[in-house]
Amino acid sequence: MSKFKKKTNTSQSIPTSALPDIIFMLLFFFMVTTVLRESDILVEQKLPQMTQLQKLEKKTLISYLYVGKPKNTALYGTEPRIQANDVLIGAKDILLWVNQEKDALSEAERDQITISMKADKEVKMGPISDIQFELREADARKLMYASTGRLEQD
Amino acid sequence: MARKKGRMSQEVNAGSMADIAFLLLIFFLVTTTIASDKGILNILPPKQDPNVPPPEIKLNERNIFNILVNANDQLLVEGDYRENANGLSEDVKDFLLNFGNPDEEALSLFNSLPQSLRNRAKREASSSDHPMSGGAVVSIKTNRGTSYDVYLEVFDQVKKAYFEIYGERVGLTAEQYRALTGKTPAEKELMDRGKEGIPMAISIAEPDKIGGN
Repeated sequence: MSKFKKKTNTSQSIPTSALPDIIFMLLFFFMVTTVLRESDILVEQKLPQMTQLQKLEKKTLISYLYVGKPKNTALYGTEPRIQANDVLIGAKDILLWVNQEKDALSEAERDQITISMKADKEVKMGPISDIQFELREADARKLMYASTGRLEQD
Repeated sequence: MARKKGRMSQEVNAGSMADIAFLLLIFFLVTTTIASDKGILNILPPKQDPNVPPPEIKLNERNIFNILVNANDQLLVEGDYRENANGLSEDVKDFLLNFGNPDEEALSLFNSLPQSLRNRAKREASSSDHPMSGGAVVSIKTNRGTSYDVYLEVFDQVKKAYFEIYGERVGLTAEQYRALTGKTPAEKELMDRGKEGIPMAISIAEPDKIGGN
């Protein structure tokens, strides 16, 4: 009996030193897989929800256009505007912008440029079709309507 | 005496370190957005040369599946009024797989389809000839005042019809087919086999100048 009693004298705390390591591993995972947003978005962004989504593979080939009502309505008005990089542009500037984006790519990849258009739900087709027309002019024909997923309903 | 003290456990209490790491983790979870490059892919037609008139493509009216969306987001599908786009993909599928007047090439395509798709062929003379190029085109026309959401919804439904056909040909669901990336030869082969002979012919007409800006 006395033998068992002696054992209870040892410390009963569970070693938790491995716990921070696990959490750090999780942390690093998140830090690596996520990207910090590189530009402020000046327009409202409520992406439409669709079912037939496809994923783009090469991230370097993607350029982003944001379309929506400006957040700062006092400065930019309430009409939907287009944002490329950090500035709001008009539809006519898209040609120039696409060419700048293409210049940043390597020679072989220039014609594979993909435009991901992140347009707000509330936008009408007018501005969208203007963008599509300008993109055709600029010969950047791969266009992606960015949207979030939704479960299919039948 | 000093020796005896040294024999006690010398572990540093690291329990609070986990808390600190958790705080950091939660901070990152909240501040970052997982980059979601997902969406509906569309290939725009090549640009038009203003000096060259657009080529006249002769297509029978029955080979075009007309979807009109007006500025009030009402749909007119093949002349019939619709309140919303639900179930549109089934109609598009019926249209594509109609095989009303197939030529020899289209017949061999028909014979290569799985039984479930062949059963859909209604052979109506008033609908599309065959899903090969020039045999069936889905046309979407909008107004400038149509909302983007509704347009995308229609586009989504048409794409769904195509993906379901592609998937069914290679024995996958539409979702599995969409997830194919073509990175490995096996996946590429599946993609090509699904698409073979049935090109995605979705025409997006220039919108009318009505009801918009």
